[in-house]
Amino acid sequence: MDPTQLRYSPTHEWLYLKDLTATVGISRFAVDQLTDLINIELPAVGTRLVRGKSFGEIESVKAVSDLYAPMSGEVTEVNTAVVDNVQLLADDPYELGWLIKLNVDDAAEFGELLDYEAYEKKLAEEAH
Amino acid sequence: MYKLDQTPLLFESSRPGRATAILPAADVPDRPLDDVIPRAHRAADSPALPELSELDVVRHYTNLSALNMAIDANFYPLGSCTMKYNPKRNERLAGLPGLGAQHPYQDDDTLQGLLAILYELQDDLAEIAGLHAVSLQPAAGAQGELTALLVAAAYFRDRGEKRTQVLVPDSSHGTNPASAHLAGFEAVTINSNGCGIVDLADFRAKLSDRTAVFMITNPNTVGLFDPQIGEISRLLHDCGAQLYLDGANMNAILGIVRPGDMGVDLMHYNPHKTFSGPHGGGGPGAGPIAVRDHLAPYLPAPLVGRHPDGTYFLDHDRPKTIGRVRAFFGNTGVLFRAYCYIRSQGPEGLKRVAQHAVLNANYLLTLIKDVYPVPFGTRCMHEFVASARTLAKDRGIRAMDIGKRLIDFNFHAPTVYFPLIVPEALMIEPTETESRETLDAFARALRQISTEDPEFLHNAPHTTPVSRLDEVKAAKTPVLKWQPE
Repeated sequence: MDPTQLRYSPTHEWLYLKDLTATVGISRFAVDQLTDLINIELPAVGTRLVRGKSFGEIESVKAVSDLYAPMSGEVTEVNTAVVDNVQLLADDPYELGWLIKLNVDDAAEFGELLDYEAYEKKLAEEAH
Repeated sequence: MYKLDQTPLLFESSRPGRATAILPAADVPDRPLDDVIPRAHRAADSPALPELSELDVVRHYTNLSALNMAIDANFYPLGSCTMKYNPKRNERLAGLPGLGAQHPYQDDDTLQGLLAILYELQDDLAEIAGLHAVSLQPAAGAQGELTALLVAAAYFRDRGEKRTQVLVPDSSHGTNPASAHLAGFEAVTINSNGCGIVDLADFRAKLSDRTAVFMITNPNTVGLFDPQIGEISRLLHDCGAQLYLDGANMNAILGIVRPGDMGVDLMHYNPHKTFSGPHGGGGPGAGPIAVRDHLAPYLPAPLVGRHPDGTYFLDHDRPKTIGRVRAFFGNTGVLFRAYCYIRSQGPEGLKRVAQHAVLNANYLLTLIKDVYPVPFGTRCMHEFVASARTLAKDRGIRAMDIGKRLIDFNFHAPTVYFPLIVPEALMIEPTETESRETLDAFARALRQISTEDPEFLHNAPHTTPVSRLDEVKAAKTPVLKWQPE
């Protein structure tokens, strides 16, 4: 995936939407902030996600952090390769390190996510 | 220096037949083992315990203990933990046979001195809090949080109110949302504003008739006193909710501000922080809670009571209590130490504790802030959170590297990567018991580290028996048990 073509949540998840199927991951910035990753827990296929609510956890040597659903919907696919080897996420957050696919409920929620420029701007602002 | 790689494990030192004592021949008749414990009730094999002399064991543990970092040996500026000196007089008091050698099943009549101390401690903690009633039962700060939230839940249940949410700032200790969840509430995060304190707009937006409790740490984990506390208290109480104070940072306001005067309804203390109880060693700890009068009926039973004739008793007659949260009177050893500390400081001394804790933290902040920026202000309370973000960005030196390298200077690391709202956080709390010379030496070490070779720092510490450990491997594939080769 090309990071410039993705949408982002303020909590650093990225999302790519095609028709009603969304692919979700977390941004390079988030991965760098977490430092060394230890473990990730993702929901089972069929789990219903609610936008803004936790859908999993990621553990690093620093902390355990929640993953938040950028849109509501039902999980249709889980990247088990990343569950088995979380290093994939550290190495390649936008391709091999994707986390889940969703069948989204309401495509209108997409419009409320940040585009690449707005996300970069938010990161720059937070750096001050 | 003592080397860890020259220290075999006790299992590796084992030699068949070696023992700590060889007893003289028994002068009573031997009975066959089968007569005493039938074979069916015995294990087939002896447990695989190492066979060692007493001297082997003593040397092993003495040498290992010399490798510990401890407040008695090292400056320990571990933010949020208040690693102050633990006066030895506390230990002497707690070890007195009249306290240490008592049994909780004795009659109250034979425990009057012990109960008197606990009663007075309840009173002292209530007075310091500016609240009405205290339970000494909870065995740790986090259990105190949980207990207090259960008390609040019982209060609302009694009133027929259905309140499901506990509000928690994003800078809170992780125990706060965990306690809320365990007590059956939904934890709702309140954002911090650009100044590092509660974002009042976000607080207003999330406050509702579903709010049971707002848990605030004040001063908070970035070392700032939230001056909006009066407004927060008013909004919260107008809404019928309760204000909880996480007392982890009481060292900053001891004897100066009473939480009750801030509008707090319930709180916990960490006696091992504020009142100089020893940290670590696996406990036992204590997390007494103090509450306002309307919550007192729900406190865990028993409380220590006093009869009109001046004798003390355990008061079990509390029909609305949430029940016990800990056996007997709680972990009395650490409570006696807290009592000894409070009484040996006195009101003026406790106030001085807070003043000097704040003074020391501000002094240290001033010495390092040009190298380690402090994102939320240039003044602090008892602790502050510096950031290594610039060093990380420009030179690849991260907070973890700095913490590890400090060990080479015989300093314990500050708390790193907490609170989460500050990137590359170094959370530093010197406490009031450190001298100016120690603070100067620590600041010099921090400044020197900022100029050192990043590669050298990535492999620090260099003077310890083992160098940088692989934390990911330790977390993923821990070796928890010795196995013979």
